[in-house]
Amino acid sequence: MNQTLVALALIFAQLSVVAFGGGNTTLPEMHRQVVDVHHWMTGADFAALYALAQAAPGPNMMVAPLIGWQVAGLAGMLVTTFAIFGPSSILTIIALRLWRRFRDKPWRAAVQAGLVPISVGLVAASATVIARTVDHDWIFVAITAVSTALLLRFRIHPLWMLAMGAAIGWTGFGQ
Amino acid sequence: MAEMERETPTIGGLFKGFLLLGLTGFGGVLPLARHMVVEKHRWLTGAEFNELLSLCQFLPGGNIINLSVAIGLHFRGVAGAAAAITGLIAAPTVVVLALGMVYARFSHDPHVVHMFAGLAAAAAGLLISMALKLAMALRRSPFGIAVAVVIFAAIAGFHLPLVPIMLVAAPISIFLMMRVGA
Repeated sequence: MNQTLVALALIFAQLSVVAFGGGNTTLPEMHRQVVDVHHWMTGADFAALYALAQAAPGPNMMVAPLIGWQVAGLAGMLVTTFAIFGPSSILTIIALRLWRRFRDKPWRAAVQAGLVPISVGLVAASATVIARTVDHDWIFVAITAVSTALLLRFRIHPLWMLAMGAAIGWTGFGQ
Repeated sequence: MAEMERETPTIGGLFKGFLLLGLTGFGGVLPLARHMVVEKHRWLTGAEFNELLSLCQFLPGGNIINLSVAIGLHFRGVAGAAAAITGLIAAPTVVVLALGMVYARFSHDPHVVHMFAGLAAAAAGLLISMALKLAMALRRSPFGIAVAVVIFAAIAGFHLPLVPIMLVAAPISIFLMMRVGA
């Protein structure tokens, strides 16, 4: 149990400091650790928990407390919450004090621009991790394709897409 | 329009403001955060908000999470930062745990399994559309596209661990952007 908590703390603290571009860039690594390395849950469980966190209000890193709770109960939840939010918050506090010194330096823009392609690759990988787990029937492929197309074409709230996916899934149609 | 009078929030005010934000922000908290901080409470001007946001986008972690820390720190030091981030994640934590308990309780009911599979399929669509929108920023940058493709292949194709990949790829990508100009 203690070993599990230590492992959770190390995994999520690492994710916290490399999550450039936000929480969605860390999903493949989270999946790799939680499903492939530690076998704490199945890929289907992971995808369901991620989707569930997306359907809830608030920031998009809420999958971390949820995974902690699923793996090791209340203690696991507290550990993953502190681990995912703590290190990046401490970096923010340090950076805010240095910010005035480096905000106008030319390298700052280059660093920011250099991180964009990495975020793009990681978010695309996150999409693949989730899609690969769930899109085993044509109906799920269709749900993924339709929600992608609608979100690209229209200024539609993402929650409507999640509601549509859940409703179609519930009927069992096409499965 | 004349510069409006700004207000300095208390620690309790920071907690309460971000608590309400956490409860209401479905899908994207950022536009609501701007509304709360700049227009509703007038804690910061629009320009000050943008500057803090650009710092937060520069750092690892969720933008809105970092923003709550930065705003709390700006007004009330480390205690303010702790109050703001705790307020922000308190309500969503309770909500995701309640949903997680529903999932655990009914995870053998075929309807519920199908429902969560459908939900996850739609969530995959959200991620794909986000990746495509982000990729539009790279359309004039062959180096950027190359880096994105390599990262995608390493993580999604070869399942390589993220931390060493970041340690190698981030300096290379930043170097390329410095040479060619962003």
